[in-house]
Amino acid sequence: MATDTLNPAGVTSTETNTTPFVGERRKVASHINQNEGLIFEKSSPGKKAYRLSPLDVPAVDAKALLGDLAREDVGMLPEVSEIEIIRHFTRLSTWNYAIDLGMYPLGSCTMKYNPRVNELVARLPGIAEAHPYQPESLSQGAMRVMWLLQNCLKEITGMDAITLQPAAGAHGEFTGILLVRAYHESKGNPRKKILIPDSAHGTNPATAAICGYQVQNLKSNSEGMVDLAELEKLVDEETAALMLTNPSTIGVFESEIHKIADVLHAKGALLYMDGANMNALVGKTRPGDFGVDVMHLNLHKTFSTPHGGGGPGSGPVSCKKILEPFLPTPVIVEKADGTLTFNYDRPQSVGRVRMFYGNYGMFVRALAYILANGPDGLRQTTEDAVLNANYIRKNLEDLYELPYKTATLHEVVFSDRRQARNGVKTGDIAKRLIDYGFHPYTVSFPMIVPGALMIEPTESESKEELDLFIDAMRQIAREADENPAIILSAPNATRVSRMDEVGAARKPVLRWKPDAAVAPASTENSALEPATAAKEY
Amino acid sequence: MRYLPKSPSDRATMLDAIGVASIDDLFTTIPAEYRLTGDMKIPRQMGEQEIVEFFRAAADRNANGYASFLGAGAYHHYRPVVIDAMVQRGEFLTSYTPYQAEITQGTLQAIFEFQTMICELTGMEIANASMYDGSTGAAESVMMAARVTGRSHIVVANTVHPEYREVLKTYAQHQGLPKRIVGYGADGRVDQKALEAAITDQTACVLIQSPNFFGVIEDVAAIAEMAHAKGALLIVSIAEALSLGIVRPPVEADIVSLEAQSFGVPVGYGGPYCGVLACKEKFVRQMPGRLTGATVDKQGRRGFVLTLSTREQHIRRERATSNICTNQALVALMTCIYLTIYGKAGMKELAEQNLAKAHYAAQALGATPGSKLLFAKSPRFHEFVLSTQEAPDAMNARLLEHKIIGGLPLAKWYPELRNASLWCATEQNSREQIDIAAAVVAGKQAATLAYA
Amino acid sequence: MAYPASYRYTREHEWIKVEGDQGTVGITDYAQNSLGDIVFVDAPKVGATVEAGKVFGSVESVKAVSDLYSPVSGTVTAVNEELNAAPEKINSAAHDSWIIKVKLSKPAEVDALLNAADYEKFTSEETGH
Repeated sequence: MATDTLNPAGVTSTETNTTPFVGERRKVASHINQNEGLIFEKSSPGKKAYRLSPLDVPAVDAKALLGDLAREDVGMLPEVSEIEIIRHFTRLSTWNYAIDLGMYPLGSCTMKYNPRVNELVARLPGIAEAHPYQPESLSQGAMRVMWLLQNCLKEITGMDAITLQPAAGAHGEFTGILLVRAYHESKGNPRKKILIPDSAHGTNPATAAICGYQVQNLKSNSEGMVDLAELEKLVDEETAALMLTNPSTIGVFESEIHKIADVLHAKGALLYMDGANMNALVGKTRPGDFGVDVMHLNLHKTFSTPHGGGGPGSGPVSCKKILEPFLPTPVIVEKADGTLTFNYDRPQSVGRVRMFYGNYGMFVRALAYILANGPDGLRQTTEDAVLNANYIRKNLEDLYELPYKTATLHEVVFSDRRQARNGVKTGDIAKRLIDYGFHPYTVSFPMIVPGALMIEPTESESKEELDLFIDAMRQIAREADENPAIILSAPNATRVSRMDEVGAARKPVLRWKPDAAVAPASTENSALEPATAAKEY
Repeated sequence: MRYLPKSPSDRATMLDAIGVASIDDLFTTIPAEYRLTGDMKIPRQMGEQEIVEFFRAAADRNANGYASFLGAGAYHHYRPVVIDAMVQRGEFLTSYTPYQAEITQGTLQAIFEFQTMICELTGMEIANASMYDGSTGAAESVMMAARVTGRSHIVVANTVHPEYREVLKTYAQHQGLPKRIVGYGADGRVDQKALEAAITDQTACVLIQSPNFFGVIEDVAAIAEMAHAKGALLIVSIAEALSLGIVRPPVEADIVSLEAQSFGVPVGYGGPYCGVLACKEKFVRQMPGRLTGATVDKQGRRGFVLTLSTREQHIRRERATSNICTNQALVALMTCIYLTIYGKAGMKELAEQNLAKAHYAAQALGATPGSKLLFAKSPRFHEFVLSTQEAPDAMNARLLEHKIIGGLPLAKWYPELRNASLWCATEQNSREQIDIAAAVVAGKQAATLAYA
Repeated sequence: MAYPASYRYTREHEWIKVEGDQGTVGITDYAQNSLGDIVFVDAPKVGATVEAGKVFGSVESVKAVSDLYSPVSGTVTAVNEELNAAPEKINSAAHDSWIIKVKLSKPAEVDALLNAADYEKFTSEETGH
């Protein structure tokens, strides 16, 4: 049968090909999970998972109303029943690793617990069903949520003004750099370049380029920090801003941050902070106090909104008073009578970066998180995040090379130098972690550390989970010495092994097509190579 | 704090292991003058019940129990319960971006299914794994067209959603992309003569929306011909994805920028939604955003991976196709489940219901004294423009007394449409709601909605 | 791997074979080896001008993009379309898999390029790092 050849993983047995471990896996055991084909492969004409209410107005003839524009056939959408849908997506879900299953030591990603009350309140009908254009008089609750979240985030970052409109962190960067540009333009010269340390996230230079700036690379010093002397040399009257991540991507606080700010401000340049690592600072210090002019936050990192397999995010941008006139439209203002209104009359605004008001559902979740914590909870959260990272550092630094010895906050970056002598690289160790029941850490980033292992545990891990992680990392270090081959073939305990990424990139198959056997005989290797694709996959 | 899994003795043990006396010893790299010594001024810590009560109170101050005829880029459709049951599974909700394919096949396969369904619906060859939303998606597709053609001029119909156009303006301003706006004709469609005159051999792309902001379906084939004659690409933005159940897909377009919110995503006061770009396969390397591809593992078993990632910011840095990093994975999953539930037959049946409801509402409202249906003869999906004698704000105020939110006044964006408002009717609008709305607009005595 | 003596080389790991005013350009075996499996070659169009030492395209592996620097200045006269469907040819035979052909505008530039022996020495130094 054609469908059998398409059925993935039909012959796998994870038990029979279990590869030995030098010690013992303490966190996980293998268990059976279900095979499941693509939803299209379960489709059969006439199956249904819906029933509409009866139409209470006269039916219309689409052909008569739309003429040639009427669509006859909506294409190859699946036809399945409700139970099949539940099983399909439930089965798929069991193939995922998730925060709800265990630790994600992903450096710079801040994979923390996503509280369930957030999900409940975001789905309250008065919130989930609010239309963005419904009258303001009937939106005061929704607007009050935004207002309170804005006030909290301004207080947390030590800033004067904020926009919630950006849809994600990179979108926030874009917005923040637009503010910088508008500010300089208002002074008569947009300036030409943005300074970016070599340790920065890839989004930073991409953002600067999209905002029409040249990127000037700023080399880190021997401690992985901003080199002040180098900075002083590079900053001039054409420097619009420095985009700085603080704490840096190696988890170190820029102790001379105020001097960095002074150097920039002396030349009229601004200090932009990438707030990706804000989880190290909340409640302990405030960027607005240490000289930052504008920054973005990632609500899906620091403020617990779920990562959802890659989004949605939300990237509010907070800034100093000097940048407020340029914020995207609209902004919320409180009227004398205490009601809230959207102000669209903002002549100096950079314009809109997204329709409506942003990823509102994420605002609700982030505010719920802030309320659940309060000032004391947020501070304790930061302290625990830093405690966890330092605990890992202490327990692994004898086996993994620590290229920068400076005190770290919420994350720690090792290198694979010692393991690489046996041919085991950071990417291999990461894959081997999967066999021990953990998601890999961040691999090969930041670029200033060759063979980087970037580990950020967040506050959400108990001592027990951390000890299991440390145990796994120590066993892998031992394996690298004693039996590197079992690391190089990892992961071995997953339902699928390493994927042929080269094949995927050389001959991209980006959508499903029906099996060649059931297609007309004339389709000989037509566009997108459905015939070969169907056979192989 | 109930989210933190540590006892005081855990913390003490760990500090001991690290070799420091107190937690503050781990923060000494922060200069003392910048360390906070007191509490931040934010609300105190709340219990779960208080949090729920707080948001209930907020929700109660919004429109509850109102019938709504608002559309304009955010559409109220019924959301089958299966969607939330599935997307709230922790393995989807709390999973990271699927870079580690071996432990994220669930998300990857679902995205692959999503990409396939979007191709089928739009008539395009490939689709990405989603964008932030329709407005940023339209802007990204314009930048993509500039890269593909090596040209910089863009032509935009002013019947594209005004807020989409505002976003495009923000994106285009520093990219050196001069823009020409083309107006609409008496039929509510883009003025084809003006459009043809605006397209030159410098034009990278023409951006239209269909159904457009007035709900009118554009003549995509004719516009595509004009664009292609000058070597420009045609981008079709679709704000109401459900229209694809009954309206011919824009197969002549080069890029389709879809907002898929209608497919099971809450209106949610404007977001998060689900943008997605679909296009001809030959443009794949200029396409922004994540892509999932099928491949095999070492044992030859089918699996899926994020692919062609060299286009993206984490590798290309300042030369990436876009700075986009996150997509809307969980929202894309919602739409994928929605499309699976309605499927081939349901999409059509549901779209037909919407067509019927809007047709009935347009007739009923258009027949009220002093009112007129604008662009009446043009093909529409489920939105229409109603011109009234009365100012829309006054009319809407009267409707609100009957627990009805009327159409969106258009004069803010189209001053020439002074007393016009944009109405939308979906399967969620009952005949009773429509009849009452028509009666109120006509100035007659009318009942207030029963459930209000 | 032997580097053909008839080719000249850049420090950015391109090779060029010059015949009259016609140059054939590819990347070296050393380059393909450090890049890994090549999945895509981004080459200019026929008629485009290239400049010595400037970027004219890129080659991509799954996780990296590497710029291509032109050894000489001139006009592109041909592009190896075969690489669109089979970029892996560079991995299997780098010195036989040309990327572009160029009509040289400044033939003297060739003299500044490395010969095979010097290039081999250069790569061994780079590896020794």
